[in-house]
Amino acid sequence: MTELEAGRAERLAPVRNGMALQRYRDVLIALIAFAVLASLPLFTGSKALLDFVIRCSAYGLFATSLNLLVGYTGLTSFGHGMFFGLGAYSFGLIMQKLGVPIPVAFVATLAITALIAAVIGAICVRLKEIYFAFVTLAFQMLIHSTILSWASFTGGDQGLRGGIPRPAFFGIDLSNHVHLYVTSCALLILGLLAMRQIAQSPFGFTLRMIRDNAARASFLGIDVWRAKLTVFVLAALFASIGGMVMALFVSGAYPEFAYWTISGEGIFINMLGGVSTFLGPMVGTVLLLLLNDTVTRFTEYHGIVLGVVILFFALGLRKGLLDFVAEWFSRRRDAGEGR
Amino acid sequence: MDLDALAGCLSSSACLVTQTTSGLIIGMLLFLVAVGLTLIFGVLKVVNFSHGAFYMFGAYFAMTAYQLTGSFALAMLAGAAGTAILGLIFERVFMSRVYGADVLMQLLVCYAFVLIFDDVVRIIWGPEFRSMGMPAAFQVMPLFIAGGVVPPYYLLLIGVALIAAIVLGIGLTRSRIGKVIRAAAHNPGMVSALGINTGLIYGGVFALGGMLAGLAGALAAPVRSLTPGMGFSVLIESFIVTVIGGMGSILGALIGALLLGLIRSFGSLGFPLFTEGLMYLFMVIVLVSKPTGLFGKEAA
Repeated sequence: MTELEAGRAERLAPVRNGMALQRYRDVLIALIAFAVLASLPLFTGSKALLDFVIRCSAYGLFATSLNLLVGYTGLTSFGHGMFFGLGAYSFGLIMQKLGVPIPVAFVATLAITALIAAVIGAICVRLKEIYFAFVTLAFQMLIHSTILSWASFTGGDQGLRGGIPRPAFFGIDLSNHVHLYVTSCALLILGLLAMRQIAQSPFGFTLRMIRDNAARASFLGIDVWRAKLTVFVLAALFASIGGMVMALFVSGAYPEFAYWTISGEGIFINMLGGVSTFLGPMVGTVLLLLLNDTVTRFTEYHGIVLGVVILFFALGLRKGLLDFVAEWFSRRRDAGEGR
Repeated sequence: MDLDALAGCLSSSACLVTQTTSGLIIGMLLFLVAVGLTLIFGVLKVVNFSHGAFYMFGAYFAMTAYQLTGSFALAMLAGAAGTAILGLIFERVFMSRVYGADVLMQLLVCYAFVLIFDDVVRIIWGPEFRSMGMPAAFQVMPLFIAGGVVPPYYLLLIGVALIAAIVLGIGLTRSRIGKVIRAAAHNPGMVSALGINTGLIYGGVFALGGMLAGLAGALAAPVRSLTPGMGFSVLIESFIVTVIGGMGSILGALIGALLLGLIRSFGSLGFPLFTEGLMYLFMVIVLVSKPTGLFGKEAA
């Protein structure tokens, strides 16, 4: 080791320690969160509450994966919902037609999603902002119209009916409501932890650099196209897991899962919770689902109510809720240090 | 897949004429919507994600005006003028607040209005399919051109859209207002420094774009069924048109729309299940070979 390298290792040591420390902290938080969520059925028999958490898991995975694109890389995808639908349909079809164990279907669905995301991503990530948004949207509509028109395979506008078989594996029986609940929570927590690791890795910081200044990143020797494509595929995988949770929950798959409004809701969730913090989309998911459930109870025109709330956030607050809170805290801290 | 039907049609002049005219009317309607979209993008630098709603409102306005007055001309006027006013209000009150903001923000504001407008239509006109019906003046014998059946209304539709295209093209390149608009698209700061009210221009361009979409909706009302949410598929298709033709190019929008219309009408014969897929496939081919679109000038 030369003197220079030794010096560099010494200088980097605190950074590495800091990152390792943060990783331990993240894992600890994840474990606590999982313990709290998983023990919930012990305290409450409310099926509605558990159902709500399962839906939050499905949408939360989807929305957080979208944040990898929107918040971290600056890729405003308006077609991310296609991978949600793709996950639900691939999983459902594999389980219905092939009758393989659930883990096999899970991995196979991820493989299919990765393949399709790589093809679509290779075409899309070259495009800039609004083009990227709309071409991803166009692909979403393509997948949606394929699902609708290929009725003999996908069930058309009726969706995948007849239920998805859920054979037990490793002692986990997903047709049992509590087992399904705990599995969804585990998938959510593991997914969030994995995405957190991606976001905090050197690759994650590369993505932030691309977002802030793609030209500079390119000058520094980063293959921008490849980095964008990688995160596009990674995000698609997590969205697909969200779709699978949803398919398991409703025991089927419906064309609405692949419709563009899912993408619109995903973007809105990110906006609602905030894109500058990792957990923003998760907060947004809970808020949106609560809002949706409350509004649909009172009126059939929930589009109007949702639209007005979106306008309030987009034109009024101009940022998400967690962004707002985070900024408020940092302003307080700055004021405190200034004194 | 039914390639025999496609080959059979291509070899018969009657079928060829019928399919070409139906392709042309799809294309012309798409052009009117897409040209508004491309105009708004060119000048205001925002993509009006709620553009489909103007098409929808145009159709509903026309239907209501026709049912009240029984006059087809008044129905067209109501569709166009109503959406123009709507566009002006929408731009001045809401869109003008998000210029220069994140694309995300612009998409969200429009997304909110897609939801709101669809529900407003549902409240006013009901959720079920409605139809305006063909005006009596056009309930005449169809024309026969080379053995193919062409309803006279189709000719009117194509004619109106063509006139709109020509007026727009000449107006933008030759007239003073057109020059001011193009200058504002290029350098709004300089234009406003020269004493021109750019806010008015922005509002005007948005109203014009909304009016063209509304006119398309009004023209489509007698031949299509009306339903809340009818604007969205039109929006996606017209965006495909602008991507194929090149964002900001009127000629590109015209060529792209006609190509897409023909793909739809002939594709429905050869690939009945994959007609929409054909459009996306075509878009992908254009994007991969020429990312700026057929008539796009600078890097997109």
